[in-house]
Amino acid sequence: MIPAAFEYVRAGSAEEAISLIAEHGDEAKFLAGGHSLVPLMKLRLAQPSVLIDIGRVSDLSYVKDAGDHIAVGALTRHCDVENSPIVMEHAPLLAHATSHVGDPQVRHRGTIGGSLAHADPASDLPATTLALGATYVVQGPNGTREIPAGSFYEGYLTSVLAADEMLTEIRVPKMNGAGWSFQKFNRRAQDWAIVGVAAWRNGSDAGVALVNMASVPVLATSVGSAIASGASIEDAAEQAAAEADPQADLNASVEYRQHLACVLTRRALEEASA
Amino acid sequence: MEISITINGQVVNADVEPRTLLVQFIRDNAGLTGTNIGCDTSSCGACSIHLDGEAAKSCTVLAVQADGGSVTTIEGMASADGTLHPMQQAFMDNHGLQCGYCTPGMVMAATSLLEENPSATEEEIRIGLEGNLCRCTGYHNIVQAVMSCTKS
Repeated sequence: MIPAAFEYVRAGSAEEAISLIAEHGDEAKFLAGGHSLVPLMKLRLAQPSVLIDIGRVSDLSYVKDAGDHIAVGALTRHCDVENSPIVMEHAPLLAHATSHVGDPQVRHRGTIGGSLAHADPASDLPATTLALGATYVVQGPNGTREIPAGSFYEGYLTSVLAADEMLTEIRVPKMNGAGWSFQKFNRRAQDWAIVGVAAWRNGSDAGVALVNMASVPVLATSVGSAIASGASIEDAAEQAAAEADPQADLNASVEYRQHLACVLTRRALEEASA
Repeated sequence: MEISITINGQVVNADVEPRTLLVQFIRDNAGLTGTNIGCDTSSCGACSIHLDGEAAKSCTVLAVQADGGSVTTIEGMASADGTLHPMQQAFMDNHGLQCGYCTPGMVMAATSLLEENPSATEEEIRIGLEGNLCRCTGYHNIVQAVMSCTKS
């Protein structure tokens, strides 16, 4: 399968990328690792007329210790995130969840920013960064702005990123030794999650977010509130689907997804509390 | 667009459409048909090659993305005198193939895996090869072959 024809331009810097996308309008798309976009283009589900290749903007590939949080450049590949000593030490949930994205070949090419900007609710990283309370930094023609992960996702494959904005950095608060768990339920290795749960817990504080339980990643705030008010893990996990709005598909009915969310949340909280 | 990719040590120049996939470039422009197209959706791993030293699925990389890069395909694994790469030999010794369609991709993924983790355990090998499907389900001998190449 071959994508529809498109014009291809390369950006050498974030600034150049933003000026190129302003020039080419909303028929243009950024190309990072291409492991979400190229498959869609091959299936002709996406037909951008211009691709702006930002894959060579090497100064957006980094992991930095920034005090109370870690800063990850948007073009950092999954394999570099999962193996980063800084991520492993300060955000082990992110390192672990990243190691479950696709397969090793995909993780050699795909980037954290590409995955988040693609805004697929079935992807592992939107929910993981949501659970961790991450902030996304985006750059546009008028400078940068910070968007909390909880305000970034609008709908299926849709975010608040403007057509002329580019995700440049992901800021993840340090976990400070919190327990954590990532649960992913699927039928075959490397599949997207039918349902996934990213969770952390530090005493009475807990954060739980769900993969593939709505058209956006879902923060299960009822679970966090229940844990904060002293509920048992079993009782808190019963609230897992309260904020969700799952769809039925070939893999699972709505009821099955709701059931899975509760079961996986209980397992995640048990592991994060151990 | 004029691009230049070094494949198995040979520079290959071509004027390609931007939508050309790396696997097409390898098969059609370089004439190296050892790299197979399987699912064509980045699931099966039959098209795995090394791009700048790391396994990648060449059906999901645009040739223009690899411009200036270095690719190794299954044809580049054996020595010039025909001596097989140790991983190729291990697949032969362990009968790590049935129909053989997945084999080039398996060999490329497995060598990349052991490059990153030379003493991988059986479990790490099974997880590390999750991006490569064997439709004959001949995984047991494939894993045995890879295990025989680990530093234990």
